[in-house]
Amino acid sequence: MTMLVYLETHDGALTKPGLGVLSKAATLGGDVAGVVLGSGVRDAASGAGAYGASTVYVVDNEALASPLPQARVDALAAVVRESGADTVVFPASVLTADVAAGLSARLDAGLNWDLTDLRLEGDELVGIRPALGDTVLVEVGWTTTPRLALIRSGTFDPVESGGTAEVKDVTATFEEFSIRAQLVDHLQEESSGPSIEDADVIVAGGRGLGGPEGFSLCEELAGALGGAVAATRAVVDAGWYPYSTQVGQTGKTVSPKLYIALGISGAIQHKVGMQGSGTIVAINKDPNAPIFDFADLGVVGDLTQIAPKLTELLRARR
Amino acid sequence: MKIAVCVKQVPDATVHKRLDASTGRLDRSGESALNPTDVNAVEEALRLRDAHGGEVVVVSLGPEKAMESLRKALAMGGDRAVLVSDAAAAGSDLVATSYALAKALEREEADLVLFGQQASDGDGAVLWAAVADRLRRPMVSQVAELTLEGETLTGKRQTEFGYDVISAPLPAVVAVSDAINQPRYPSLKGIMGAKSKPQEVVSLADLGVEADRVGESGSRTTVRSSSPPPAKSDQVRIEDDGNAPEQIVEYLAGKRLV
Repeated sequence: MTMLVYLETHDGALTKPGLGVLSKAATLGGDVAGVVLGSGVRDAASGAGAYGASTVYVVDNEALASPLPQARVDALAAVVRESGADTVVFPASVLTADVAAGLSARLDAGLNWDLTDLRLEGDELVGIRPALGDTVLVEVGWTTTPRLALIRSGTFDPVESGGTAEVKDVTATFEEFSIRAQLVDHLQEESSGPSIEDADVIVAGGRGLGGPEGFSLCEELAGALGGAVAATRAVVDAGWYPYSTQVGQTGKTVSPKLYIALGISGAIQHKVGMQGSGTIVAINKDPNAPIFDFADLGVVGDLTQIAPKLTELLRARR
Repeated sequence: MKIAVCVKQVPDATVHKRLDASTGRLDRSGESALNPTDVNAVEEALRLRDAHGGEVVVVSLGPEKAMESLRKALAMGGDRAVLVSDAAAAGSDLVATSYALAKALEREEADLVLFGQQASDGDGAVLWAAVADRLRRPMVSQVAELTLEGETLTGKRQTEFGYDVISAPLPAVVAVSDAINQPRYPSLKGIMGAKSKPQEVVSLADLGVEADRVGESGSRTTVRSSSPPPAKSDQVRIEDDGNAPEQIVEYLAGKRLV
């Protein structure tokens, strides 16, 4: 089996989600190679060796300078041909979901998404997918090769194994329709502090904060823990906090070591974005809130009393 | 301008969703609804049509009862509905669905094909990219703001690294985010009027889709089995009696998180 792992780059470096999937792929056995597509990305590519790739296929082309999917489908199809790979695994992101689905149509290759685990049974690849609001775990498979898999973001952490990878350049030609969409502007997130997807600690707020001013409780607690602040769909829709901090099915998926939920009921929409967190602490005054079903530590109480005191205690420990 | 909106009928949000043990597929026997985020795509199509003129055609692939959900889009203001319905298409995965849907869209030759953000039943959020590749058209997804000037559309979307503004010439495929608009409710007049709008049911043969390209034979993925997820163990619950902050710190320290 030859498995390709799609590695994303940002600011000239390989990003964590792809390296996490690569580390997992390396444990399955078989030949594992990385794929890096972009412009000026060749230097970053060789770093994949340390996470288990024996080879890294690189398509370095100006047509791949913008983070747009369709030219990447062309490039990836060329890499699949060149490498003879029978499996391509992607860390799920806004960009890779479109690349994977485009490749699925291009190659008539089966795509399973939102997977939280992969294993090999002989030559057969098996994926695990939580479905129906995570109320059921489904084992999924593929009937033909190549097999395509999107891994739920934050599922696997990168593990350095210290190897080196041979970098192989692949030449791609681009379809005329693939380069018609153009990036015309890029606006940075306005939020300050660490990005929620990279944060080890997240303090998230929901409707139970009572209003936009309630987020100061989250910000102070996050400050004391060196963490980032996140929000639920409900409060983002209400305009209390920026969309860029939204965690959940229609927002971001995060998996920090510690997730503290203040005044969050724990609707399934939110749960799917944060259940991969190492430890979940929930503070909510409603003892029947669904979040208590999956919180590691559930605290029933008034968050306006508990959060400031907790912040104070944590500051004193630093 | 002709706009095609791709929509799906899904189990209603109030229905307890379950898998059919014999097929591994979702049990669709209960109450159904128009997929919630597809409503945003219908709304955006209506806004574009009202600003630029033209026609909004609602397109779906599903059982015959899916026409009920298409009528909701007509009640909102859509002009015409096309339902691809064929027993042979049941159980189609992404490869098969995108193939059949692209065939239906080729027949429509729309200037713009719109999709909603995500199917609430299978959590799929990728179909547009597969369809765009089959139609060989430029595609922009997760669009939270959409504008059209002449033959060029511009979409703003959120990614993990901020906001991207992307432009593409028509004809194109766009998937909108549910942050893009606040959908209207159908008026009584709209609901009454929907019944008399054109509602076409087409078979796979009508579209020239070979039977072995859809359904299980046209699909490349399978469901092997399903099981309940493991229960979470070691949960701790405390009621605040004034010492909760200390108890939380102690708990976090015990796990070396502080």
